[in-house]
Amino acid sequence: MMHSLLVEGIGVQNWTYILVGVTFAIYIGIAIWSRAGSTKEFYVAGSGVSPLANGMATAADWMSAASFISMAGIISFAGYDGAVYLMGWTGGYVLLALLLAPYLRKFGKFTVPDFIGDRYYSKTARVVAVLCALLVSFTYVAGQMRGVGIVFSRFLEVDINTGVIIGMLIVLFYAVLGGMKGITYTQVAQYCILIFAFMVPAIFISIQMTGNPIPQLGFGGTLAEDSGTYLLDKLDGLSLQLGFSEYTEGTKSMIDVFAITCALMVGTAGLPHVIVRFFTVKRVKDARKSAGIALLLIVLLYSTAPAVAVFARTNMIETVSNQPYASVPQWFKKWESTGLIEFTDKNKDGKIQYLANKDENELVVDRDIMVLANPEISNLPNWVVALVAAGGLAAALSTAAGLLLVISSSVSHDLIKKMINPKISEKGELVAARLSAVGAVCVAGYFGINPPGFVAAVVALAFGLAAASFFPAIILGIFYKRMNKEGAIAGMVVGITAMMLYMIKYKLGWFDEVLPDKSDWWFGISPEGFGSVAMLLNFIVSMVIMAFTPAPPEEVQDIVETIRIPNGAGKATH
Amino acid sequence: MSNNKNATAYWKENIGYLLILLTIWFLVSFGAGILFKDTLNSIRLGGFKLGFWFAQQGSLYVFVVLIFVYVRLMNKLDKKYGYDA
Repeated sequence: MMHSLLVEGIGVQNWTYILVGVTFAIYIGIAIWSRAGSTKEFYVAGSGVSPLANGMATAADWMSAASFISMAGIISFAGYDGAVYLMGWTGGYVLLALLLAPYLRKFGKFTVPDFIGDRYYSKTARVVAVLCALLVSFTYVAGQMRGVGIVFSRFLEVDINTGVIIGMLIVLFYAVLGGMKGITYTQVAQYCILIFAFMVPAIFISIQMTGNPIPQLGFGGTLAEDSGTYLLDKLDGLSLQLGFSEYTEGTKSMIDVFAITCALMVGTAGLPHVIVRFFTVKRVKDARKSAGIALLLIVLLYSTAPAVAVFARTNMIETVSNQPYASVPQWFKKWESTGLIEFTDKNKDGKIQYLANKDENELVVDRDIMVLANPEISNLPNWVVALVAAGGLAAALSTAAGLLLVISSSVSHDLIKKMINPKISEKGELVAARLSAVGAVCVAGYFGINPPGFVAAVVALAFGLAAASFFPAIILGIFYKRMNKEGAIAGMVVGITAMMLYMIKYKLGWFDEVLPDKSDWWFGISPEGFGSVAMLLNFIVSMVIMAFTPAPPEEVQDIVETIRIPNGAGKATH
Repeated sequence: MSNNKNATAYWKENIGYLLILLTIWFLVSFGAGILFKDTLNSIRLGGFKLGFWFAQQGSLYVFVVLIFVYVRLMNKLDKKYGYDA
């Protein structure tokens, strides 16, 4: 018994080294092959990426450690409520494809602050946009680095800090060398790896539990060992027995589910690192198409995640609930040693009581481990367990690289070239871009090693901030010719301030002695959902201020006319 | 001037498409998945309650279809107004 466990452990370890090593070699190889020679290649890959490649890169860019590692876990604990992430993070692409991507591509500049600055003919507007972009990107990237740390520390058995540093070096290498071009082609590879790594265990487990190889159908099917019972009914029953609410019902109020879904959708459409992706294709036509391809590829993972959530939840309850602690499986002990599973035998009966009631519950399971531990819980082969580690790293690294690029182009292009030193040479700007990428990696790494206590809170904030600031300004800039700089600037400032204040009060609790209770929330809307309210405020303030201030100059109105027509989109320019 | 007229007509049709597609977008996600979830849950689709299915599966599929329909419609529209060059 001891012997076989030992061999199995070494097996997973070696497989992990092999798979992670091979994938890293691929990323570095691509970086060397596709390094950028000009600022155009560095910022937007020379605008010559095919819609398919761009769609894959967008999908990898978008699906972060949070999508890959945490989302299915969150859903498996939240049940129906998990739908806010599923609909929120995919529905935003519809807005992006229909309302933003084609027009921003036609506009043909490098960055989101470029658009805001030119459309609203104002340096102030550009500065506000740059600050929002930096704030959103930095908060987001800190979370990615933590994801890298978790995967490394568990699977390579190094400590979290070493894991973060290895991740930093790899990202640094290909982001600094390749710019957007290198990142795009690396992300194509990363998409393939992460989707394979997510689907393989899901299919295995679906067959095991329901006999259906398609997880999306399997979790709505009947049990493999009892064809009279539906899996979801069984899980609803188990949940009720343990004192939780029914899995398919959830606990959040309807208005809060509505608000969070809306904030995540709009936030997705307003995230600078996603928007900038659509500047890399040749024509407006391609921008529309690649948004569709990106969403198709994203939905492949997102529609599987709720199935994985149901499998994992059922499996976990059945494996541990009311079982003697002395006979728990090996994976339980392994995760216990990382502190991500905790068991306290409160009633001293030697058995694990997993219950909704906090006073009697004896088991605490971190949501982040569900996807990583799932293959082990189901006794899948070692190489599958290792594959999940490689997939998690691909997801975290691809998103971190995309964000770093936004940060570096914000600094070198929007700040240095457009504001501090407009005469900077092409070569000088490229050097500046690379140096700011190095700086950004170091800051991100610092946050990965010393995560501020509120990282999770701040990542949710990133969406709210993007929803409250960029989205209304860009939409009005395209669809409402009369919108002027006064309205847009006032709207962005009011939106982002309202969002920050609400988060600080109700999420971080800095204004009060203790964090205010749910019952104090405005209209019952949580801080995660407040982005929708802040976005509405932004729209209203913009419209009111605009009504009392002069219309934008003729040439700006002409720009709006031009971006509405798809043909004649040149390459993205300065 | 006729150039301008052409552009205005194109834009009008474009907005018409957007309104229809975004209405469907709203109805499946916020409608079927959230507001009318409880009513729809009384209908079952195999093991799925229908409202739950829309929230965790159905909306996602509809989103993908919506974007591809939009791409098709717009490509046709571009051709009609001679903007497909």
